Amino acid sequence: MNAHLHLWLIPLMPFAGFLLNGVLGRRMPKWGVTMVALLAPLAAFGVVANAALDVFGSAPTASSLPCVETFGNWINIAALHVDFSFVLDQLSLVMLLVVTGVGFLIHVYSVGYMGDDEGYARYFSFLNLFLFFMSVLVLAGNALVMFIGWEGVGLASYLLIGFYFQKKSAADAGKKAFIVNRIGDVGFLIAMFLLVANFGTLTFTEIATKLGQDPGWTGGVVTVIALCLMLGAAGKSAQLPLYIWLPDAMEGPTPVSALIHAATMVTAGVYMIARMHVLFNHSPFALGVVAVVGAATALFAATIGMAQNDIKRVLAYSTISQLGYMFMACGVAAYSAAIFHLLTHAFFKALLFLAAGTVIHSLGGEQDLRRMGGLWRKLPVTFAVTTVGVLAIAGFFPFAGFYSKDAILYAAFLQGPSGRALWLVGVVTALVTSFYMFRLWIMAFLGKPRGDLATPHESPWSMRGPLVILALLSLGGGWMGVERSAGWINMERFTGFLTPVFGTRTATGSAHLELALSVVAVGVALLGWLVAYSFYREKSTVPAQLAATYPESYKILANKYYVDEIYRAAVVKPLLGVSRYFLEWVVEIGVLGGIAWMLAGGAKFAGAIVQYWQTGNLRSYAAWLAAGAAVVLLFLLVPWATVMAYLAAIHLGLAGH
Amino acid sequence: MNTFLSQEVPLSWYLILSAVLFVLGIIGFLFKRNIITTFMSIELMLNAVNLSFVTFAQQWHTVKGQIFVFFVMVVAAAEAAVGLAIIIAIFRARSTLAVDRIDLMRL
Repeated sequence: MNAHLHLWLIPLMPFAGFLLNGVLGRRMPKWGVTMVALLAPLAAFGVVANAALDVFGSAPTASSLPCVETFGNWINIAALHVDFSFVLDQLSLVMLLVVTGVGFLIHVYSVGYMGDDEGYARYFSFLNLFLFFMSVLVLAGNALVMFIGWEGVGLASYLLIGFYFQKKSAADAGKKAFIVNRIGDVGFLIAMFLLVANFGTLTFTEIATKLGQDPGWTGGVVTVIALCLMLGAAGKSAQLPLYIWLPDAMEGPTPVSALIHAATMVTAGVYMIARMHVLFNHSPFALGVVAVVGAATALFAATIGMAQNDIKRVLAYSTISQLGYMFMACGVAAYSAAIFHLLTHAFFKALLFLAAGTVIHSLGGEQDLRRMGGLWRKLPVTFAVTTVGVLAIAGFFPFAGFYSKDAILYAAFLQGPSGRALWLVGVVTALVTSFYMFRLWIMAFLGKPRGDLATPHESPWSMRGPLVILALLSLGGGWMGVERSAGWINMERFTGFLTPVFGTRTATGSAHLELALSVVAVGVALLGWLVAYSFYREKSTVPAQLAATYPESYKILANKYYVDEIYRAAVVKPLLGVSRYFLEWVVEIGVLGGIAWMLAGGAKFAGAIVQYWQTGNLRSYAAWLAAGAAVVLLFLLVPWATVMAYLAAIHLGLAGH
Repeated sequence: MNTFLSQEVPLSWYLILSAVLFVLGIIGFLFKRNIITTFMSIELMLNAVNLSFVTFAQQWHTVKGQIFVFFVMVVAAAEAAVGLAIIIAIFRARSTLAVDRIDLMRL
């Protein structure tokens, strides 16, 4: 059965699409580009869906997972063996369904959104390239293959953020994302070196086996490895302190923000921690760091989101905040809750971004919330799906976000006093989230139009179709985790599905506690809505008054805690100074230039000397040739031994006399 | 072997003749100014080598040396054809055949 899964097709299809559109895209007709671009992810999704049906169709005990496919040996040095291997297990299956499924929907949406762009083929070849690397990342059977995908999605992200490279801000944002991600990648690399040094392998299952043989192995080097991995994950998944690239990444086209910077790539960090969960389980300290960073990021980004006026930036900060939730879940070892939230978040955040894209598209590029308003009448479908997305992210029952967010909060609450502190942060974040999402919703869609904008019009079906599907998933996506027999918000089924990967966890909670916690969560979501409504409904002066009363706090929020400015002063400026004054003047001009000058001078001098032999007189060359030949002949023909002996004899004879 | 040495011209004489011819060729090549004489000196050197080839072929009773002579003659003939053509072209362009004047390639 395993042989029929053909995992290699999953990355190969988008890669073929990338090559076709990248090389021939300019010469192909537009419908050809569209066909290639859409068929590639659809075929990959077909392979994944086939595997999924295979898995769901069989009994859990007779499941074919994990399915390992190895495509030959890659590195073979002493004790280190790295295979080119793909692994499909429950975890990668869920992730692949998100990547290819949501990915395909966003491809369809892009056909409408990017229809008028002259870089149409380039856009789709990059998008397919992203899917290729992302599926390599997800399918990887060892850390090194994962790293290929990890770097590759970074590249695709860079290319797509800087898609409008004529715009300086877009090019700068691409560079910023790439450089900040490098800092995280250093962590990933060091973690891999340490894994090789201490475990002698990079394969996930072998690491788990070695750790399993020694249950008492905690702390020490495992903690260091886990923290380095955490640094890598924080870079990719935009956690404190490396989140700064994600808001700027909104310079890319909106479907890119939906696919890469909301639904899939930024969740790679969460996926990586879930993949390496054995290491984290052996290091309580690293888990604590993950939980605290996640919770801090969730609250921090959510508060920034309250005071942003660019619709995409609000969503970007909300993505950072939701990723913080996922890290928090990983930090309390509730990996299945993290993956569940990853899944539902992919649905509703992709939906919100695509809806925002529709709004921006129909307003001719306007992104400022203050110039929107009253759009519900003009864009009824977009309004409806955005409402679903907002309700889902705010955590209203029975939308998808409710189930996954409550699963995280519940898991955190069960972790003793420190877990309750995390829970409290999570609940406050939920309140803030609900507030800023409803703020966005009210400012964009309700009230009266504020800007003198072109008449907005609803988008073509290729854009509305994915929106509707994603809205349905945001509405019902949470139900798949629920087992009716075991409490009504329990996510037993999803946890059970992932048990082969994460192992069983002993839950000590009760259905009553769960119910109480979820009532609290929905309560704060309602509160957030009420506050937002009273602040931002028609002719309300509350926000302005608040901003006037507390100008300092408002300024700090609106300026995103000045983190970019702090980094600029602390990191960028010193680095630029060193580059400009030390590297350029001393190293470049002094050392390197000096060496180059000396080499050139030496060559010139030698040339001037050798030039004298180059007379151009043919007969002098011939004379040199003949003289050389004569010397060689002299050495070869004259019997030097005899001559020397003769000379010696004469000498001795003379001496004798 | 004895009969060979006694009845016929010794091997060393052939080789000495070959060497003398070769040195004459070199001297002619180095000291003559006319390009045609230079050319003939080259032919002389080639034929000096041919002579030693034939000598050794006779001495060791193999045909390899004689075959080589044919190769050398073919190359010499081709060279003569190309070389004379070049000489004519040079003469048309410069109205002189003195090698010292033909030094435009000089730095």
